[in-house]
Amino acid sequence: MRNFMQVMVDAVALGSLLALVALAIGLVFGVMRLINFAQGDYITIGAYALVVPTASLTPALFIGALPVPLMVAGVLMVVVLLALATERVAFRPLRNSDPATLLISSFAVSYFLQHLVMLLHTGRPKSVGIGQALTTPIEILGLRVPGIQVVTMAVTAALLIALVLFLKRTPMGIQMRAAAENFQMARLLGVPANRVIAVAFVISGLLGGTVSLLLIVQTGTLDIRMGLMPVIFAFFATVIGGMGSLAGAALGGFLVGVASVLLQSYLPEGLRPFRDAFVFGLVIVILLVRPKGLIVIGAARERV
Amino acid sequence: MLDISELTVRYGKLTALEKTDIRVDEGEAVFVVGPNGAGKSTLLKTVAGLLRPAGGRIAFEGQSIAGGAPERLCRRGLALVPEGRHIFRTLTVEENLLVGMMIRRDRAAVQDDLEQILGLFPILRERFRGVAGNLSGGEQQQLAIARALLQRPRLLMIDEPSLGLAPLVIDQVYASLKELNATGLTLLVVEQSTARVLDLATRVYVLRGGKVVLSDTAEALASGDAMEEAYFGYAGQADA
Ligand SMILES: Nc1ncnc2c1ncn2[C@@H]1O[C@H](COP(=O)(O)OP(=O)(O)OP(=O)(O)O)[C@@H](O)[C@H]1O
Ligand SMILES: [Mg+2]
Repeated sequence: MRNFMQVMVDAVALGSLLALVALAIGLVFGVMRLINFAQGDYITIGAYALVVPTASLTPALFIGALPVPLMVAGVLMVVVLLALATERVAFRPLRNSDPATLLISSFAVSYFLQHLVMLLHTGRPKSVGIGQALTTPIEILGLRVPGIQVVTMAVTAALLIALVLFLKRTPMGIQMRAAAENFQMARLLGVPANRVIAVAFVISGLLGGTVSLLLIVQTGTLDIRMGLMPVIFAFFATVIGGMGSLAGAALGGFLVGVASVLLQSYLPEGLRPFRDAFVFGLVIVILLVRPKGLIVIGAARERV
Repeated sequence: MLDISELTVRYGKLTALEKTDIRVDEGEAVFVVGPNGAGKSTLLKTVAGLLRPAGGRIAFEGQSIAGGAPERLCRRGLALVPEGRHIFRTLTVEENLLVGMMIRRDRAAVQDDLEQILGLFPILRERFRGVAGNLSGGEQQQLAIARALLQRPRLLMIDEPSLGLAPLVIDQVYASLKELNATGLTLLVVEQSTARVLDLATRVYVLRGGKVVLSDTAEALASGDAMEEAYFGYAGQADA
């Protein structure tokens, strides 16, 4: 039982992380029908920004050397600026293209960013020790839980609440929901298209930078592909959650995270290497049962 | 107020509007009628900034607006209620109206306007906190018009206000439009059917195949079949 609880904590912590990534993807998809695979590279670059670009495998700290509040702010700023830059350069000119074109351009951006990191930092994994104090377990109700998992869950909960309040209570949030449902109509009513999209990218950057930090404390390893798995899992999360529904994206993120940890822990030893295949299989089953995802919102994208 | 001259709009190779001239003076209720595919929606979308004209001029209050972005044009006093209404279904009635008020800077007057408009469309007050997707078709049409009115436009364009509505509801919508026009709001309304046009119109254009085939005052059209004849092509011709 204790062991099961421990596994559940792992599961929820990973689910939280994926929920954050899925929200970032879902938000941008909402306002411009772009599935932004470069979200993974935002995460990677946020993490790499912690260290000085060298070929060394144990690089000196850069933003990571700053006091914690400044370090957090620094990473978030790097990722937000990166998200805004990709929007401006790569996605805005394609604003009116079909989703397939946008998707391909996001692959191109992702590929470009990956190679940029490789150029600056080489492609080999590096180790970096940030926030090691957080990896020591703390006792909660007789469970020994790594502090970082508690932090991950708390941060996710806080961000979820903040995002809901933003979307429901602020003028910009309401405009963003309107634009997500019907972009043209929103523009007709004076919703500033460029600003709404930029804000969506800023939020995706904030979420991405948060994931960079949480991930790097957990693993202590920098890898140019570190953002890839989270983003693929989060993509499936948004699909099973119901493309276009943010609540669905968050829920999907939790489900995918929980499923993958449970499979990792309870699959027979020999099958564990194929865990991801099982997760994807599960996604397919969910989509067979509910083709539109778990949470179905009104008409996908209406055109005026 | 609105002066459209030689307006040409294309979708790829298809020419939807060709050298169209339309004028709307302050305080008027101008109707553009025509059969399916005549180019009526294209006309309104182009004026509102959703489509770029291939040629011609659009002037609003003396200034050229052709090709302007919709979010700018609505700040200048143009509002469009598009065909099919396009309310935000996942937002509440209140939030839909809020989006309409977003461009207003005169915060105090907005509240008064909201009260007045909820008086004009009482059903919206009843369903204020409900999700707009649950409204009936007629209620959605009222919400779409109310939302546009809250922008306090000087020119309100409506694409087929009677589409899909029961006769009684059309009466209501037309009655409220008439009231708004009487209080000074300029209207440019597109309709497919000529049935009720003369109840409200000051002037009428008949559009066929992307061209204006008739334009006259409502008074002149009231006596005679000129409007129907233009609408259907030559009287008695079978292509209608
Ligand atoms: N997005 C589009 N792409 C290509 N052709 C279009 C597009 N929208 C309209 N058209 C064509 O342009 C012409 C005019 O269309 P428009 O929608 O303006 O007609 P309408 O007068 O509003 O008709 P209705 O009464 O059916 O609403 C039609 O032939 C239509 O097929
Ligand atoms: Mg039309």
